[in-house]
Amino acid sequence: MFTNAGTSSFTAFLSKVAPEMLPGRRPLPPGMAADMAPHATTIVAISAAGGVVMAGDRRATMGNLIAQRDIEKVHPADAYSLVGIAGTAGIGIELMRLFQVELEHYEKIEGAMLSLDGKANRLASMIRGNLGAAMQGLAVIPLFAGFDLAAADPAKAGRIFSFDVTGGPYEETGYDAIGSGSLFAKSALKKRFRAGLSIDDAVKLAVEALYDAADDDTATGGPDLTRRIYPVVMTATAEGTHRLTDAETAAIAEAVVSGRMENPGG
Amino acid sequence: MAMQFYASPEQIMRDRSELARKGIARGRSAVVLSYEGGVLFVAENLSSALHKVSEIYDRIGFAAVGRYNEFENLRRAGVRMADLNGLSYDRRDVTGRALANAFAQTLGAIFTEQSKPFEVEICVAEVGSTPDGDELYRLTYDGSVNDEPGRMAMGGQAEAITGVLKSEHRSDMSLGEAVKVAVKALGSVGGEGGAARTIAANQLEVAVLDRRRIGRTFRRITGAPLTALLNGGAAEEPAGGPQTPAVPTGEAHKPTTSAASADLERRESEDES
Repeated sequence: MFTNAGTSSFTAFLSKVAPEMLPGRRPLPPGMAADMAPHATTIVAISAAGGVVMAGDRRATMGNLIAQRDIEKVHPADAYSLVGIAGTAGIGIELMRLFQVELEHYEKIEGAMLSLDGKANRLASMIRGNLGAAMQGLAVIPLFAGFDLAAADPAKAGRIFSFDVTGGPYEETGYDAIGSGSLFAKSALKKRFRAGLSIDDAVKLAVEALYDAADDDTATGGPDLTRRIYPVVMTATAEGTHRLTDAETAAIAEAVVSGRMENPGG
Repeated sequence: MAMQFYASPEQIMRDRSELARKGIARGRSAVVLSYEGGVLFVAENLSSALHKVSEIYDRIGFAAVGRYNEFENLRRAGVRMADLNGLSYDRRDVTGRALANAFAQTLGAIFTEQSKPFEVEICVAEVGSTPDGDELYRLTYDGSVNDEPGRMAMGGQAEAITGVLKSEHRSDMSLGEAVKVAVKALGSVGGEGGAARTIAANQLEVAVLDRRRIGRTFRRITGAPLTALLNGGAAEEPAGGPQTPAVPTGEAHKPTTSAASADLERRESEDES
């Protein structure tokens, strides 16, 4: 089963040899299942000069309960791209791991990386495969962003793609947010985003936007100063993907919180 | 009445072995050896696109000589098996030994069941935390597996090349020394009248499994860093050096790190501090 000339796609390979490992291939009993599993919430992405920033809060909810305080929803998809997950947490994490393997697998088999658009299309078709479960309330919506190595202008190499439950992808200009708090995060970004931001400014802006989302959405967690749980912030630039250390995000989050002490609206 | 020709099983196996050995001996050779910083692969290869040396998984590399289409088929099978096991269990549960066993089964079945055996010889290498922990498995066309002691040569005139390796290789060599020994061993055969040859950088395919990295350890050494190593330049660490797997190599379009490994890296480096 491994030696057929076959495909460079890992999910296509799985669909032949182990279809039960693909999230969209499991038969589900009828009925809504929306409240049976934790939900991951808000992710924001901002394109900046020379790259892109993605940040996510740390809360997962189950109905009115906080299911997890320190879930990590922003991950590197490969060396130059990032993926954030909102929606049903378990399926989202499974899908994200599968997407990571998909990209690495293609790279190893073909000896070259997929283009950024190719990666976004692969992710779209994986989301589409989960449509049945999404219609029963187990939807997963990712946000995908990366540094486009083929971009003519390095200043515009940071690109963001959003998706819906039927797939996508839709390329976003400047910034985007997904999840329950995305409405408030996007409103904050709409007023404060400027084209050509530096990466550092974009990081601060992302943490501010998450604060605004947490301010108005109960399912989004703000910076938790007592437990030292801060947003996950990652960047993708020409140097590759990078996750800010806990100390760095702590400093930024504490600055944002102290700014809000004086002016709660930011 | 037509006569059935009879060939004894011994004769059939001998014929197949001879075919495979001849096919392998026609090709250029490859050398795999462990050094202080990891496992080094050096293959004579005129093509820069069709690889004899490749990555299978985080700490596992693959080198082959013989017919390209046949070992490429095995390489893809290895990548698929490794990625499937890594996704089902954990990245640490993918081992070189399991892969070597799977390759041995496949090669053995082809040798006995098909009319033509694969004309390939393969090395599966797994890098350990010290040179003693490195595992090199030699797989031959009939499915036999050998665990090699820190160095091996494959392809035409492998015995002569192994002789040079045996006398000059030490497991505590630096990368620069190891590359020089490997190239000297490869060049010790095939010259005019049995003399040594010099092999240019553009005829070599060089890659390492870097034991100091966490996550995906495989990277190719090409272009200027390779020329510097061959010319006796200090054993500089190409492309970033240890502990920086997030930084892509000189081949900007073919980074050797990824996602899951970057996650892993962060977690372990935090544990250390």
